[in-house]
Amino acid sequence: MIPVAFDYVRAGSADEALAALGEHGDEAKLMAGGHSLLPMMKLRLAYPSVVVDIGRLNDLSYVNDGGDHIAIGALTRHRDVETNDLVQEHAPLLAHATSHVGDPQVRHRGTLGGSLAHADAAADHPSVLLAMGGSVVARSAAGGERVIDAADLFAGFLESSLEPTEMITEIRIPKHTGEGWNFQKFNRRAQDWAIVGVSAQRTNGSAKVALVNMAPTPIRATAVEEALTGGATAAEAAEQAATGMQPSSDLNAGVDYRSHLARVLTRRALQEAGIE
Amino acid sequence: MEITVEVNGASHSADVEPRTLLVHFIRDTVGLTGTNIGCDTSSCGACTLHLNGEAVKSCTMLAVQADGQAVTTIEGLADGEQMHPMQEAFMNCHALQCGYCTPGMVMASVSLLDENPNPTETEVRVGLEGNLCRCTGYHNIVKAVLSASGGGK
Repeated sequence: MIPVAFDYVRAGSADEALAALGEHGDEAKLMAGGHSLLPMMKLRLAYPSVVVDIGRLNDLSYVNDGGDHIAIGALTRHRDVETNDLVQEHAPLLAHATSHVGDPQVRHRGTLGGSLAHADAAADHPSVLLAMGGSVVARSAAGGERVIDAADLFAGFLESSLEPTEMITEIRIPKHTGEGWNFQKFNRRAQDWAIVGVSAQRTNGSAKVALVNMAPTPIRATAVEEALTGGATAAEAAEQAATGMQPSSDLNAGVDYRSHLARVLTRRALQEAGIE
Repeated sequence: MEITVEVNGASHSADVEPRTLLVHFIRDTVGLTGTNIGCDTSSCGACTLHLNGEAVKSCTMLAVQADGQAVTTIEGLADGEQMHPMQEAFMNCHALQCGYCTPGMVMASVSLLDENPNPTETEVRVGLEGNLCRCTGYHNIVKAVLSASGGGK
């Protein structure tokens, strides 16, 4: 399988990438590691007329200590995220979940920024960003820059709130040093997407919970969080995991089974995160 | 687009369409057919080769992405007649039957030991999660990797 023919632009800098986006608008797609975009192009589910290769922007591959948060360059590859000391110490949920993305070959190429921009409800990273209350920095071809909170990043099925002329340059993860966390991923083969997944992160006595593959977008389990705030036990709160969700039905699981998985995995995640 | 890729130490230049996959460039343009195409959807790992020393799936890369980079394929592992220790280990442990997954499996295994020279059995199994084998049941592959690491006795 090969993609539909396209024009290839190799960006030597973020400025060049943004200039190409400014010129071609929504005809163009950014390609970082290419491990979400290229499979879609091969299946002809995506057919951009211009591919802007940002895979060589090494100045956007970094992990920095930002004081109260960890700042991660958008082009940082999964392998470099999962093995980074700062990430392991201050954002262990991110490090752990990253080690479960795809397989080692995929993690050598795929990037954190690319994964988030792809906005796939079945992907692991969006749930981590939601549960950890992270944000992304987006630069615009017009010259501006804005910070988009995780809560505002995922707009629809495979759709982020990024404009066609914006690119993610940095991901910011609030430090959660020493706080309880857990990640659950249920799938049939090791390298598959989660049939259902759960990210749970404790923060100063409260907890955020986000679900993988339980709605058209990555989504917070607000009913679970509210139950916990109201004094419910982990087991009681987890019963609300499918409340308000719109899981899909596919070869792997129907709606009922996905809802069941969400409840069971959320209970495990909460209890493993240290919530009674 | 004109690209130059270093393959197994030798420079190869060609004019390729941007949509050319790296695996097709390696097999059809460079002429090295040891790298197999299996699923063509980055699941099976048969097309695994090394890009700048790291295992990647060449069905999920464009040849233009490898422009100016160094690729090692299964043909580049041996030193003349002297097999790479991982190839020896696969032979000694009978870690293959039909052999289709073997080039990718060996390349993934070499990359695995580069990153973790003394893995446990579990780490080998997890580390090879990106490569599917439909013959062996994986048991002898895991043995071979452990033996190449010096961990399998």
